[in-house]
Amino acid sequence: MYAINTENLTKDYALGFWRKRPYRALDRLTLQVEPGEVFGFLGPNGAGKTTTLKLLLQLVFPTDGRAEILGRPVGDVAVRRRIGFLPENPYFYDHLTAIELLEYFGRLLGLSSREREARVPYLLDQVGIGAERRLPLRRFSKGMLQRVGLAQALINEPEVVFLDEPMSGLDPIGRRMVRELILGLRDRGATVFFSSHILADAEAVCSRVAILAGGRLAAAGRLTDLLAFGVKGWEIVVDDLGVDALSRIQGLAAKTTRIAENRYALEWPSTVQPERILTDLAAAGATVVSLNPVRDTLEDFFVRQVAEHGNQRISPA
Amino acid sequence: MVILAVALSVFRESVRDRVFYNLLLFAVLLVGASVLVGKMTAGQDVKIIKDLGLSATSLFGLFIAVFVGISLVWKEVERRSVYSLIAKPVRRQELVLGKYIGLALTLLVNVSIMAVVLYLLLAYMHWTAPPELRSAWEAPATDPALLKVFLLLYVQLLLVTAIALFFSTFSSPMLAAALTFGFYVIGHFNADLKHFDAVVTSTPLVWLLRALYYLLPNLAPFDITAQVVHGQPVPTGYLLMTIAYAGVYIAFLLSAASYIFARRDLK
Repeated sequence: MYAINTENLTKDYALGFWRKRPYRALDRLTLQVEPGEVFGFLGPNGAGKTTTLKLLLQLVFPTDGRAEILGRPVGDVAVRRRIGFLPENPYFYDHLTAIELLEYFGRLLGLSSREREARVPYLLDQVGIGAERRLPLRRFSKGMLQRVGLAQALINEPEVVFLDEPMSGLDPIGRRMVRELILGLRDRGATVFFSSHILADAEAVCSRVAILAGGRLAAAGRLTDLLAFGVKGWEIVVDDLGVDALSRIQGLAAKTTRIAENRYALEWPSTVQPERILTDLAAAGATVVSLNPVRDTLEDFFVRQVAEHGNQRISPA
Repeated sequence: MVILAVALSVFRESVRDRVFYNLLLFAVLLVGASVLVGKMTAGQDVKIIKDLGLSATSLFGLFIAVFVGISLVWKEVERRSVYSLIAKPVRRQELVLGKYIGLALTLLVNVSIMAVVLYLLLAYMHWTAPPELRSAWEAPATDPALLKVFLLLYVQLLLVTAIALFFSTFSSPMLAAALTFGFYVIGHFNADLKHFDAVVTSTPLVWLLRALYYLLPNLAPFDITAQVVHGQPVPTGYLLMTIAYAGVYIAFLLSAASYIFARRDLK
């Protein structure tokens, strides 16, 4: 049984007021997510990521195809006891406090008062909402609402968690907190379906990704399979490189970039042995600050896929 | 359980959204009017205060029913708070019903407090009026029959709320408000549609007007203010029939609202 399974999932919208024009937001998406994996659902803005999430949560209804969560059709209300959802830029009730919101959602999920008493403060601590938890939500900043949104998505200890742009509006500490939360969910066996267009975030936590472009699936697979993990070259940052040595090395390096007074970033192709470079640099009197292998990143792969498949819509048949 | 949780959340939101501030205005209006009327009229002041209090209850309640009623579902969709809500084990029908019951509770509290304020004022008038003036009143100041008026006013507000909620499931708030107010006005003159055959000769038109009479809500029977203020009896059978009519109409509107909302894409 898959945690999430879609087959030819398609969604058309009608645009325009008088003369309706069809617009295909999602085109025959077939995708399987295994239980326990952190799955990155990636794509540029308008690729169809949020439409897919809305279809999975039955906020909108498919034009064609079908979708299942934990082996049950998405229309099955009972399966929603076992899932959590953080919408993009979440918005809640102005006059409720964070505690009251979580209590309310806990009640909808059928949690007992004892369970709610235990879960609500624990989750608010986890997402870093302190004394503000007693303030009305209308006073919350975007980042704080995002944290409350995360807490409400986890109130029922879900088996599958859908996160739509979870890092949006968060400061670096908040982003790290979300990464740790996601990894924590993975460690307790939950499936995380994580939509984002920030690739560094996906690369940090996802075991598998799918890339959506123009409403169509452009690529899907394990990061290790999708990305060439072989070294493409070397990047060395050095200090105290004399003028003579610099001109000599500029002839050897593939690229030289001055990053500060007397500090340079030098790139070499992978064909050159790094030991030889280090020996040459030491002989030239330079101080090596860092040596890093240059690999293919998810960003490189993503840009290639989107360029190849385009982010343009096709007209529905 | 789910419906109750949604209803209590609507009630709490109404309280904190200062919906009940209208009660303050109601009390000031009523007390101010009683002082003014007492000085200007001779022996008619109790009747006028009853009229004014019941009309104000109806008007304030109408504004709450329409404006809060249309925002119940619309605000939830427009602000996208519905996204987190629908991801919980909540059927859309339960959401519509819970929202409706929450506002019905808000209106109940509102109308009840207005009734208490009116009775307190009437009791004060009874206590301060000389015995010869009291004997000239058509009905006692603190007439228990006023409760029947409040009851039907409340049931009428429940019907108006259902109309507002129904329209808000598929139209913009402005249109929903206009349609609800339109239905409210037509509803009070609905009985005329039935007797148009006296002035219209075209049979198809008569049939159309007759169909509209049965289709549109008939709100005139809910207003029994004149009878009660003038001390005329209102039979219990009449009350029960009117409430039953409202019940059927509300059930139809809520079923239609749930049906539409359950099939709607929440973009």
